[in-house]
Amino acid sequence: MIKTMALFAISMFLLVACGEAGDAQLEKNASSETEAVESGAGETAGNDGLGVGPIKSVTIGDLDKAMAAEGETLFTTNCAACHKIDKRFVGPALAGVTERRKPEWIMNMIMNPEQMVKEDPVAKELLAEYLAPMANQSITEDQARKIVEYFRQVDSK
Amino acid sequence: MKTKLFILLAVALSFVLAGCDSDGGKGSKTGMVGSNAAEKVYVAPGEHDEFYAFMSGGFSGQVSVYGLPSGRLFKIIPVFSQDGEKGYGYNEETKPMLETSHGFVPWDDSHHPELSQTDGVPDGRFLFINGNNTPRIAKIDLRTFETTEIIEIPNSAGNHSSPFTTENSEYLVAGTRFSVPITETDVSIKEYAAKFQGMLTFVSVTPDDIGDMNIDFQILVPGFDYDLAHSGKGPSHGWTFFTTYNTEKASTMKEVNASQNDKDYIAAVNWKKAQEYIKAGKFKTMPANYLNNEYSDHTHSATSKKMTSTRVLIPSECPGLIYYIPTPKSPHGVDVDPSGEYIVGNGKLSADLTVHSYTKMMKAIEAKAFEKEIDGIPVLKFDQVVAGVVEKPGLGPLHTEFDGKGYAYTTFFISSEVVKWKLGTWEIVDRIPCYYSVGHLMIPGGDSRKPWGKYLVALNKITKDRYLPTGPELAHSAQLYDISGDKMELLLDFPTVGEPHYAQAIEASVIKDRSLKYYKLDDNKHPHATKNEKDTRVERKGNEVHVYLTSIRSHFAPDWIEGIKLGDVVYFHLTNLEQDWDVPHGFAVKGANNAELLVMPGQTETLKWIPQSVGVFPMYCTDFCSALHQEMQGYVRVHPASANVKLSWGLGDDEKQGK
Repeated sequence: MIKTMALFAISMFLLVACGEAGDAQLEKNASSETEAVESGAGETAGNDGLGVGPIKSVTIGDLDKAMAAEGETLFTTNCAACHKIDKRFVGPALAGVTERRKPEWIMNMIMNPEQMVKEDPVAKELLAEYLAPMANQSITEDQARKIVEYFRQVDSK
Repeated sequence: MKTKLFILLAVALSFVLAGCDSDGGKGSKTGMVGSNAAEKVYVAPGEHDEFYAFMSGGFSGQVSVYGLPSGRLFKIIPVFSQDGEKGYGYNEETKPMLETSHGFVPWDDSHHPELSQTDGVPDGRFLFINGNNTPRIAKIDLRTFETTEIIEIPNSAGNHSSPFTTENSEYLVAGTRFSVPITETDVSIKEYAAKFQGMLTFVSVTPDDIGDMNIDFQILVPGFDYDLAHSGKGPSHGWTFFTTYNTEKASTMKEVNASQNDKDYIAAVNWKKAQEYIKAGKFKTMPANYLNNEYSDHTHSATSKKMTSTRVLIPSECPGLIYYIPTPKSPHGVDVDPSGEYIVGNGKLSADLTVHSYTKMMKAIEAKAFEKEIDGIPVLKFDQVVAGVVEKPGLGPLHTEFDGKGYAYTTFFISSEVVKWKLGTWEIVDRIPCYYSVGHLMIPGGDSRKPWGKYLVALNKITKDRYLPTGPELAHSAQLYDISGDKMELLLDFPTVGEPHYAQAIEASVIKDRSLKYYKLDDNKHPHATKNEKDTRVERKGNEVHVYLTSIRSHFAPDWIEGIKLGDVVYFHLTNLEQDWDVPHGFAVKGANNAELLVMPGQTETLKWIPQSVGVFPMYCTDFCSALHQEMQGYVRVHPASANVKLSWGLGDDEKQGK
């Protein structure tokens, strides 16, 4: 187990190192990540980290606990078969995802995974690493927003 | 550019086809294939067909869905027969669909698909089809293309003149092609003429999204063979017509003995009158033993209801309910033209084709122009009802459909051709050969008030040399004709599944946008559904083990199970957590004595498994679902019956144990 983690950490380092130089945001995120969470692929220019899909801008305010609770229920049904918060499973661990990614990117990834893994540079790298393309669970914009709120709540703790 | 190139190719190809007629001496095998035939049936990759065609599966008991004009097969819908491909009739949820008063009947002979109608026009809500052998009518929901109801027809046998809808699908009908003792009892077959009777059954359909079928009433009629049916439309709405043969009431060697009479009858039933008699209580309640099986899209499960009686009308006690119209020589199809005025009796042993007039029939009834009565049923005078005769059209007329432009098209089995003739003048305007021995024909909407009179499909009984030989058994052939011009033109020849006696087609746009893409997990009310991985588990109840598992690309949860013992009966309740179109997961376990499951997104299905030996049994996904489909597998360990073990299961490093 320790060996795996070490390997993981090294590969993460390599990935980070291969990312775009001078990406302050990325470095900040990388340094705050634990071994257990997703190894970050670099956010590149092209869509300003918003991803590809129907979501162009999202307004984020104070954490809405009611929304987050609904988001957790949606996550359990639609996402948890492949994503755990604290560990890599079929897909990346999701702790810290709201720090690594913009909310627009997360919602586009949830709602439009087929196009994201083909066109978004970050999603492309994630697919190359995780191999299993993310399933489209026909999540609505409203539902995706609630899932983001759940992630924000997780990351605020 | 690509299109141009293709057209060039297509033209060249069809030229070659038309040019190389090499069957020496037998006449043309390709017939009059026009030089642009390939172009007319070509649906480019990624493009959609213009029509859905639903073909009965005949002795396969199913329905197959084709595209027209391409002749491409889209789907086989399991209806009356078990289907290992989809687990239909094998999984616990759909087994009740095939229950009957005779027990589990996993096969039937399906003949006539019939689209539901509103105002006499196919509306794309449902497709109905009859089971001939163990009398039943099934309903297929055209949102899901799945069988959602089967109703058994009691006091009946040989449910051939069925289902044939009324103008607003108020009723489907069912007539006995094989008269029987009613109620069903043990009598000498030699007493057929005295003791056998026929039954005409009217099945109501609720005018909602469910289309719930119920037997509203039955009519007890003389023991003839009630062969085919069609309901009136427009002015004749309210009437249903059934052909009869064997009015001789022969019980043996019918090939000869049922063909003696110069004329048999078309039974004209006034079902609005029947409704009045039912309302007035003029029916007899007869014992009946039949099942009504319904499948719910919410529980993803079917249930069987046992029914014990029906309301029966006796013609001699209900004047005006039913009349017999004499019609030459064992009429097969009875077809009502789009205006509702003409009733075509396809006398299969007659040299001519007889067409009756609804207006004349009503006048004859009013004038009491009866030649006699049979068991209280007035027989109308032939010459008072007949509208016209198509003279010497061909040999062995079977069925007629219409193009909505004033023409009728009749199939001739013996002379193997379709003949086009004009309504009103009865003149023959065109004829074209079929390969070979055509039975039914189908024009999209061709039995409705508004036919899409562009194509005609001939459904043939004999195939012989049409395709590469495949041993003694050959697929039945169908031929597509262009009927948009004055002359019919052969476009395409394609194989079918089973024996598609009849088919119906509808413009694709009526159906395609309503087609369901997946079942919403939130709406899944299956009692054994597992809506997330957290709730997956294995439970023991005595020797029953219930496995609540889920699937998503590309794993089952759990993917290993231990603690099952020899003698246990295991139920795998699999919920597919996917919420995307076209992502079913299959499920199979080694040695299962039934079939696989094929679980649609959001659906739950159950496989029953009784392990026969101790060991470790792989289970896996059978429907290639993703790049890691080959990894979608697991194991079940079966211990000796005497083993003292607890159930345990898991996925990854998540491991759980039962009590």
